[in-house]
Amino acid sequence: MNTPSLEIKELAFAYPDGNQALFGVNLSVQRGERVALLGPNGAGKTTLVMHMNGIHPTAHGSVHVAGQLVDAKDKESIKDIRSKVGIVFQDPDDQLFMPTVGEDIAFGPYNMGKRGAELDAIVDEALHLVGMSEFKDRPPHHLSFGQRRRVAVATVLAMKPEILVLDEPSSNLDPASRRELADILRSLDITMVMVTHDLPYAFELCERSVILSGGVIVADGKTPEILKNDELLKANRLELPVGFSI
Amino acid sequence: MRVSQERLKIRIQENKHHHGHDVGERLYLHRHTFIHALPSHLKIVAALCFILIVVSTPVTQWGAFVAYFLWLFTVVKAAQIPFLTLFKRALIEIPFIFFAVLMPFFGTGEKVQVGPFELYREGLIAGSGIVVKGTLGVMTAIILSTSTTAREILRGLERMRLPVLMVQIASFMLRYVNVVNDEMERMKVARESRGFNATGMKSWKVLATAAGALFIRSYERGERVHLSMLSRGYQGVLPQEQKLKISGSIWLTAMIYPLVAVIIFIAQLLIGRM
Repeated sequence: MNTPSLEIKELAFAYPDGNQALFGVNLSVQRGERVALLGPNGAGKTTLVMHMNGIHPTAHGSVHVAGQLVDAKDKESIKDIRSKVGIVFQDPDDQLFMPTVGEDIAFGPYNMGKRGAELDAIVDEALHLVGMSEFKDRPPHHLSFGQRRRVAVATVLAMKPEILVLDEPSSNLDPASRRELADILRSLDITMVMVTHDLPYAFELCERSVILSGGVIVADGKTPEILKNDELLKANRLELPVGFSI
Repeated sequence: MRVSQERLKIRIQENKHHHGHDVGERLYLHRHTFIHALPSHLKIVAALCFILIVVSTPVTQWGAFVAYFLWLFTVVKAAQIPFLTLFKRALIEIPFIFFAVLMPFFGTGEKVQVGPFELYREGLIAGSGIVVKGTLGVMTAIILSTSTTAREILRGLERMRLPVLMVQIASFMLRYVNVVNDEMERMKVARESRGFNATGMKSWKVLATAAGALFIRSYERGERVHLSMLSRGYQGVLPQEQKLKISGSIWLTAMIYPLVAVIIFIAQLLIGRM
């Protein structure tokens, strides 16, 4: 079997104030898989994501990305890890901090040592992937929310990550933007972990779903099967929208 | 049913209210002049040199100041900045020159009669010096800020080798001033939607609480932005653009602004000698 893109073993984590968020998470994501990470508010989803690229140091257990151990203390390897794990944050305004869209997309690859024509080519390609090429020189605050979310995805794609992690990608999007983003995400040939409680979106995009609840993975299986299991969903404060059935 | 939008279209004459957009770029007036096109760091250097010359001209050389103003207005004209805009924006200096205006009324020594007032000669000279030099400085800054976007000014400062940290802080401010302003606007709307009306001392407590909340939110956003920067491999340096090659003729074009001031200064000295 190939090395999984993401391998998390017995991961536990407590915040400095004593509030424990993760109690032994086990998760393995194979290359090319699209996995939805479902869970109610406060389940520890964001905390888990912060472990995937070493923002939170691993206190107990281990995280491997494409076979490489995530160790927040090893500065050189963490640089490498962060180019492999692309996180798209929930609020695009947190992600887009440079004066123009183009400069923002160049930020990641620049940190990885890309310069000149090579850098330009990467930026253009990333913009093309999310259909935002004509917005290269615009300041981010001139864009609509949906456009900003797409640019946020492009900033991460420009780093050519091994795995794309999206935190609530469909939140605050109007139906058309939601669908456009889904089309873009589906067109990408990349391993994906999608943190969400938008169950139809998970159904649409991810063949596999896991439920994180109370700091542990409580379910892991094919998305339709998980979403059909009413009792499982109910026990974890997840609900399909009214009128939606699989 | 299709309603014709044309029928009920409200004509907006001038969009004076910005709804929180582009707080950082309000000063910039888009025109296509050679002054707009000059590299920003040259403009900053030229403006600083001009101000330096103006400040070092003795205020008694009033002829030089008349010439400085004429030259400044020529440049304003060349940059296609409406004079009304220039004068309106220059009003910003009023709080600063307030005391200068009072100077002739208080003091000691020789007095002169100006209209109905008896003024002190020394105070009059010092006060008018501050007003005239201040106005020239402010108007020069207005030419710079009207013909250069805030972003370009920051780039210029970066090229002038200002400490990177300062330029970065200013760039982030420019990026997020709109976001924070929008947030403030939303909080204001939410307050007013619940019947709050900011009048008098009683409302101060509410406003102070709102300011505190805004500060906490901005602080937390700062932390999130930093996290997202770290996630994309940030190690303390922001990307810098490639070095620009600037020809001598462009340098010269920019430096005409202070050079003419130098010529005026010298000419005035020579005339004064004769």
